[in-house]
Amino acid sequence: MCGIIGVIDKTRSRMDGSKIKAALSLMNERGSGDGAGYAAYGIYPDYADCYALHVFFDNMAEPKTKVEEILHYWGTVVHQEEIPTFEQPGLKRVHTPWRYFFKPFDDMIGGKVGSEKDIIKHIVMEVNSSIDGALVFSSGKNMGVFKASGWPEDVANFYRIEDYEGYIWLAHNRYPTNSPGWWGGAHPFNLLDWSVVHNGEITSYGTNQRYVEGYGYKCTLLTDTEVVAYLFDLLGRQHELHTETVVKALAPPFWDEIDRMPPAKEGLYRTIRMTYGSALMNGPFAIVVASNEGIVGFTDRIKLRPLVVGENGDMLYISSEESAIRVIDPEVKNIRTPRAGEPIIGRFNA
Amino acid sequence: MKTVTIDAKDLHYTPLNQKVRAAVADGAEEIVLNNVLGQRFIGNGVRGNARIIVNGVPGGDVCMFMSGPTCIVNGNAEHAPGNTMDKGMLVIHGSAGDAVAHGMRGGKVFVRNNIGYRGGIHMKQYEVEARPMLVIGGTAHSFLGEYMAGGLVLVLGIGQEKAMTDRGIGSGIHGGEIIIRGEVDDHLLGVGARKFEFTEADLERIKPVIESFCEHFDLDPAPFMDTNYTRIAPASSRPFAGKYVWE
Repeated sequence: MCGIIGVIDKTRSRMDGSKIKAALSLMNERGSGDGAGYAAYGIYPDYADCYALHVFFDNMAEPKTKVEEILHYWGTVVHQEEIPTFEQPGLKRVHTPWRYFFKPFDDMIGGKVGSEKDIIKHIVMEVNSSIDGALVFSSGKNMGVFKASGWPEDVANFYRIEDYEGYIWLAHNRYPTNSPGWWGGAHPFNLLDWSVVHNGEITSYGTNQRYVEGYGYKCTLLTDTEVVAYLFDLLGRQHELHTETVVKALAPPFWDEIDRMPPAKEGLYRTIRMTYGSALMNGPFAIVVASNEGIVGFTDRIKLRPLVVGENGDMLYISSEESAIRVIDPEVKNIRTPRAGEPIIGRFNA
Repeated sequence: MKTVTIDAKDLHYTPLNQKVRAAVADGAEEIVLNNVLGQRFIGNGVRGNARIIVNGVPGGDVCMFMSGPTCIVNGNAEHAPGNTMDKGMLVIHGSAGDAVAHGMRGGKVFVRNNIGYRGGIHMKQYEVEARPMLVIGGTAHSFLGEYMAGGLVLVLGIGQEKAMTDRGIGSGIHGGEIIIRGEVDDHLLGVGARKFEFTEADLERIKPVIESFCEHFDLDPAPFMDTNYTRIAPASSRPFAGKYVWE
């Protein structure tokens, strides 16, 4: 049991983090104080063309030197600093959160490295699987993840989340059940622009993990949710599938439902299921994924976790509980509970 | 009438529910909770015949284990309203989330609009006097009446082209009945569930339930008084007899 919430302002007007903190705190019952986190998009306009790499360091000596060796090989660090944090009585500081604004070299692209994003993906996998005491937990452009072990308010106050302004916010309150509660295991999980908050369990984790590892992703964070970020990067970015199709690959209709579809649709869904059988996610889950294009929320195919949707003009809200949405927007309209596997998509206005 | 009004704004559910129980113990006949937002377990295990008015959106498990009181929710409800309710009535002037009336064992739950997945899951009954009823004005998502062992689930389909379009109705049902306005497609039936003809005698039985529902939501009961319903019940007296034990 966890609490999740995602918000998008389709006009790209930015909101500070104070309301998302209040909304997440309302769902304290869904957590256990072992992890909370926030993702915000549009927060680094001064470095919008750089990849913002957020890193947890265990100490500032050897791990940092090793990370910078890799960064200097692949590109330029435009700016770096400690992420501002503020001691909280209820939160034990385990790591030092640091951020690099990083630009890959153009001339490193070629062969198997097809784009800047391939370089960033490689750096994240390399650091997280080979450097003790360093963990890249956020690596997108003009966005950032802020997370730790603790209650929602404590984590928000630790990072002073209200000092950031974003047009997309995700938030997560964690109740770890079958994996350890630690800073790297708090949500959101991120790779490049993709950030994921998740309530539930991915019981197909082993199958999904083996599938993404065949494409160079390394699962190092000791919990199931990270594989969802990698699946979105693989299907959404590398295979260039539309968001709706990614959701239909991860949470597809049942075979008997496909059998009843009209022929063209039936052919499409049959092809998706056969092509992406190893990406299918089983188990109970409600998930919200954000990227620089918008947000998408969906649940498992038999709806074993709650998800509520609300709208108000250009705002779209997706959460575990209606009350959390009402904390942000008491005037919210069109409250509804989507069907199992139904993608709820919020994109920016053109 | 002795009325107690409680402002629930920014109040955690523990002190809020303590205040409700104290008011009941003090003999209050009506308890009005204003500015409710997300507080769980409202009316939990409360006995007697007080009237609890919830203005706002209560959190999960509203009226869980409740035995006797009438609770009116002026707003939507989250997951599992009426969870294991024993006696009394819960009236929701809105929609509700998943697992409505979960394991309910007596009393009535009326929802004006729609409910989520697994409404009436594990509902049960004991003889005639402890027979729970769940009535839904709009529609319900999948697995309605899942593992149902007793009681009545009624779906009126108000404002819907078809009262039910989601699959798995009565999946694992082995007691009780699910009555749905209009026709129900065969492929929507769950494992162990079967359709039966809805007769005049059935209408006579559910007439008082429809009238009571309509009275609470100020609806005209006349349009619902015909036999255009589908009755869904267990396929046999013990549909899963051979599932775990081979005789």
